[in-house]
Amino acid sequence: MLIGRSPDIAPSEITEESVYLRRREFLAALGAGVALSAGVTTPVHALDRTRQDKLTPYDTVTGYNNFYEFGTGKDDPARNAHTLRPRPWSVVVEGEVEKPGPYDVDDLLRGMTVEERVYRHRCVEAWSMVVPWNGVPLRSVVDRLRPTSKAKYIEFITLQDTEQMPGQRRAILRWPYTEGLRMDEARHPLTLLVTGVYGKTLPNQNGAPIRLVIPWKYGFKGGKSIVRIRFRETQPMNSWRRSAPNEYGFYANVNPDVDHPRWSQATERRVGTFFKRKTLPFNGYADQVASMYAGMDLKANY
Amino acid sequence: MTGGQWVRRVLKPTIWLAASGPSVWLLWCFFSGDLGHDPVKTITWTTGLSALILLLCTLAIRPLRALSGWQGLVLARRLVGLWAYWYALLHFLTYALFDREFSLAGIGEDIAKRPWITVGFSAFLILTVLASTSPKRALRALGGARWRSLHRLVYVAAVLGFFHFLWLVKLDTREPMVYGLILLVLLVVRSPMLGRWFTRRGSRSRKRPLAADHTQ
Repeated sequence: MLIGRSPDIAPSEITEESVYLRRREFLAALGAGVALSAGVTTPVHALDRTRQDKLTPYDTVTGYNNFYEFGTGKDDPARNAHTLRPRPWSVVVEGEVEKPGPYDVDDLLRGMTVEERVYRHRCVEAWSMVVPWNGVPLRSVVDRLRPTSKAKYIEFITLQDTEQMPGQRRAILRWPYTEGLRMDEARHPLTLLVTGVYGKTLPNQNGAPIRLVIPWKYGFKGGKSIVRIRFRETQPMNSWRRSAPNEYGFYANVNPDVDHPRWSQATERRVGTFFKRKTLPFNGYADQVASMYAGMDLKANY
Repeated sequence: MTGGQWVRRVLKPTIWLAASGPSVWLLWCFFSGDLGHDPVKTITWTTGLSALILLLCTLAIRPLRALSGWQGLVLARRLVGLWAYWYALLHFLTYALFDREFSLAGIGEDIAKRPWITVGFSAFLILTVLASTSPKRALRALGGARWRSLHRLVYVAAVLGFFHFLWLVKLDTREPMVYGLILLVLLVVRSPMLGRWFTRRGSRSRKRPLAADHTQ
């Protein structure tokens, strides 16, 4: 796929790769729940030097969220998510997998290296951010659980509990929120199981204690506050697709050439700036991920 | 104070104060850097919502006159309508500048391809025509009957404005539906059948002060 690059944004300057090589700091954490406090410096300076694109401030990353389990307004999650109890947290692993069962989240991630990744985050609503996430590659978790040969997809299911998630009292989406990935997408090195942001423990409103970030897909693909990981032979249904199949698909790869039926996806606004910028195919990660979709009709598989 | 003085000294200044509120608030937030995480969204929503609310206010004036019997209210309708247009204009300019950088091709594409923008832009066009024919001079030039039927388009603009709002939200339609309900009530009240009742009531109550004068 040919990648159009506009001069005002050079993807290489904020891709996972450059940041990864220059900035990655291995934080040997015994568990993902360990607060990543001292020793983490955010790569602000590395980005500032380029004067191209800045990290979205912490207050915005944690104060401007789509997390309908806590309300549909962008500031609702930050206001309401205090009811969520991210510890103790159990994750049930089931389906086509050799090591099923309930896992404590800290056991699930024990011994894994928490990395810092600066990713562009593109919402299907045409706003975007640049976020320094902390987490482990989902691949490490998947490999630890040993999917069987039948496992072609993974389904990720969010907590359903109206006490902890008061927004679920209204049936705006069918709860619990579910999302899914093809196995190769789940095992792609860019796919991150996130446990923190800006070097701090992931706040509730961002999907504590664990959420997915798939930087080349629209944000809704990243399930939050995951309690169930189901390995499947067949493609799982995902919440937004069930709600409006003509507007949201299974793949949801960022694609400036395929508009949302109601708005353009050709441009996006970095939250906090005034003017829009061009949206890049696969959110600027085409070099790393486009080959997974070779031969696929991306207009049909939106 | 006579009725006319009341309108001039109390009602109109109150409208100015209330209707300029969102503009003052936006300016204040802009200069104090407090427009929220997404400033453009704050501006777009504030101006769009203000336009819709003020538009509903203009539609409410006739029924309110009928209910209260206070004729002076209608004298303030043009002012409220012009304020509604002010916010519709700001709303459109915010979109044109920050979303489309005044690209005619881009704006044209949106209008042609996206129904919620098509209806929103149509409402804006209608309001532009109504605002520009609002001076007394225009009324005289057009003639009362023609002017009145032209300005009935304000109901069309309000309905289009409602759909513009409804079609843009993703799932949670509660807020637009609230305005939709208010609009529906205002439309029903102005329907020919109920309208006649209201007109009768309106003209009866117009006479009431006179009758009261006689009895005293």
